[in-house]
Amino acid sequence: MERKTVFPQRLLPYLLLAPQLLITAVFFFWPAAQAVWFSFLRQDAFGIRTSFVGFENFTELLADPTYHEALRNTAVFATAVSLLSLGLGLLFAVLADRRIRGAGLYRTLLIWPYAVAPAVAAVLWIFLFHPQVGLIGRWLNGLGLGWDYKLNGGQAMLVVILAAAWKQVAYNMIFFLAGLQSIPPSVLEAAAIDGARPWQRFWTITFPLLSPTTFFLIVVNLVYACFDTFGVIDALTKGGPAKATETLIYRAYVDGRVNLDLGMSSAQSVVLMVVVILLTMVQFRYVERRVHY
Amino acid sequence: MQRRSLLAGSAALGLAAPGLARAQARTEIQLWHAMTGALGETIGEEVKRFNDSQGRTTVVPSFKGGYVDTMTGAIAAWRAGSPPHIVQVFEVGTATMMAAGPAIKPVHTLLGEAGITLDPKRYLAGVRGYYSDTQGRLISMPFNSSSAVMWLNLDAFEKAGLSTTALPKTWREVRAAAEKIKATGAAPAAVTTAWPTWVLFEQMAAIHDIPFATKANGFEGMDCELQLTQPFFQKQMDFVLGLQKDGLFKYGGRDNAAEGLFPAGEAAIGFNSSAGRARVAREAKFKWASVPLPYHDDVIASPKNGVIGGASLWPLSAKNRPVEEYRGVAEFFRFLSEPALDQWWHQQTGYVPLTLAAYEKSKAEGYYTQNAGADAAIIQLSRAEPTPNSMGFRLGGFVEIRNIIQEELEKALQGQQTGAQALENANRRGNVVLRNFERANKG
Repeated sequence: MERKTVFPQRLLPYLLLAPQLLITAVFFFWPAAQAVWFSFLRQDAFGIRTSFVGFENFTELLADPTYHEALRNTAVFATAVSLLSLGLGLLFAVLADRRIRGAGLYRTLLIWPYAVAPAVAAVLWIFLFHPQVGLIGRWLNGLGLGWDYKLNGGQAMLVVILAAAWKQVAYNMIFFLAGLQSIPPSVLEAAAIDGARPWQRFWTITFPLLSPTTFFLIVVNLVYACFDTFGVIDALTKGGPAKATETLIYRAYVDGRVNLDLGMSSAQSVVLMVVVILLTMVQFRYVERRVHY
Repeated sequence: MQRRSLLAGSAALGLAAPGLARAQARTEIQLWHAMTGALGETIGEEVKRFNDSQGRTTVVPSFKGGYVDTMTGAIAAWRAGSPPHIVQVFEVGTATMMAAGPAIKPVHTLLGEAGITLDPKRYLAGVRGYYSDTQGRLISMPFNSSSAVMWLNLDAFEKAGLSTTALPKTWREVRAAAEKIKATGAAPAAVTTAWPTWVLFEQMAAIHDIPFATKANGFEGMDCELQLTQPFFQKQMDFVLGLQKDGLFKYGGRDNAAEGLFPAGEAAIGFNSSAGRARVAREAKFKWASVPLPYHDDVIASPKNGVIGGASLWPLSAKNRPVEEYRGVAEFFRFLSEPALDQWWHQQTGYVPLTLAAYEKSKAEGYYTQNAGADAAIIQLSRAEPTPNSMGFRLGGFVEIRNIIQEELEKALQGQQTGAQALENANRRGNVVLRNFERANKG
């Protein structure tokens, strides 16, 4: 059964929608349109000399081997961050969902990391992993493991993945916890009476019933890893060493803000925009079908 | 608005006190800068002295973040039509600012219009050269300048059985010292550097009188090309890679990331900006010295001047900006060029003095005997008349070029490529940046 609200006036619904539409237009559509327009231009930093260059920015970008490298880095980074933060988030949620003493305090503590600003979080990770002054870094070097993320690309990637994932674990945990608590206990109790072991109960009942939450979180985490991790990378590695941790969003920042090449940076933003649209479409079309709501 | 019209009204009635009338007439000048902490406070103090010294102009300083943020912010503000009157821009942004034609007002034009004469010769050679055009006229106002120097941990030197008075002058001697430090375990690492591109390549090119790029390092035109594949850079690159291979060099990261290693005692020989002096003085728990950068004595017998780092002040233009505002900027600049103020600024911040007079005065007053090594950067900047190779760099997209060199150096240090490949790649990629800059700025 569907309930419909019918507005007799024509104007009212638009009026009610107006504030939100205005915000969307000013803060989303207008900048996006500008990025598309700028991606066809070549400008000096001050915008004094502007020329229309058609698709030249795009052809140069796609022919650039370092851009392909950034693309690969982004794929590795986003996949690893999402898997790690979702996995840990789920684990912590399951543990926090148990009936234990002081569960409230325990949960609150688990949510804390989410309130830490990305740049601050990155500084904390520097204190841990810096090869010379970091707690863990020194310890690893003491073991003779040759820890040096300033020069070792693989280690640098590992550090930014850990830092970025850690930040998101708390967020994922909150949603998983809410998801877990909305699963009716009677289902699980019935399964337990039928003799299903905890592990079986989790994989055959809890996990499928969590799938709407999981699906939502996959989308959110991928978008987070692709677009919201700039602060972590900037504070920890600045995209280096060499270009080992340069992701698409970090490169767009460097080209636009540091190198002052707005045309190239806008072209990259447009590519990113297309990628996200495609990604979201694929997810909603194919993944959503297999989700139990 | 209301208050102002009230004031104007009362002034018209002849009721205003003289003090009020003067306050109303003050011109406000916006100054955007990138100095944090103690340096930011020093700017505040400097501006206050200027504001108190005269009755016509009020300079309002605002901190706008790091160098990149400050420059980008000012450019965005110019594009939006409301730029600050003055913006502090780091030295690598110089070419971008110079190419900005109508957006800037060259200092010599600004001062000329205000009827102020300022002889560029009062500035140290290395300072003057970087911010002048080919005719020797000042384009931007020298403000905070530094140079790279070598810091030595004398306790570690002593432990390694090295002399603490006859300090290394050449790279050969640096290597010999590093070998002893490593052999005796006097410090966890022997050599490290902050600002790898600036210290290891830019400064070295200037000191050895080798062109970094054609067209006098870009001073004579945007159609310049990098010269990184020349034998000198190959020699320098091989030298650095050789140090690393033998466990004598510790790469500490890009830009200033490595500057903490020396004061922490992690590296016995550190290269960093002379402006890092305050931090070393505060943090180092050992005896130390700062001396000019080493050179290759088989390339040059008496090294040339090094290049500066730091930033300068750029007057920005705007549509309908009244003449008195430009005049206010010019008066502020005249105030900054006074040797007495310059001397105070130098001793307060650790930046080099900009004027020769401030340097001579500090020397006469015994400042450098009380603060040994505080003049290392000054000696390095003024020890020779600048050649076209040691005037400085005017390369478009220099920030990007620096990062490219850092990236390729990192790849070579990782062992992913040879030194020759690193230089070739850096040269090729850097030239692409130069061509893009030329393309975007022509016509």
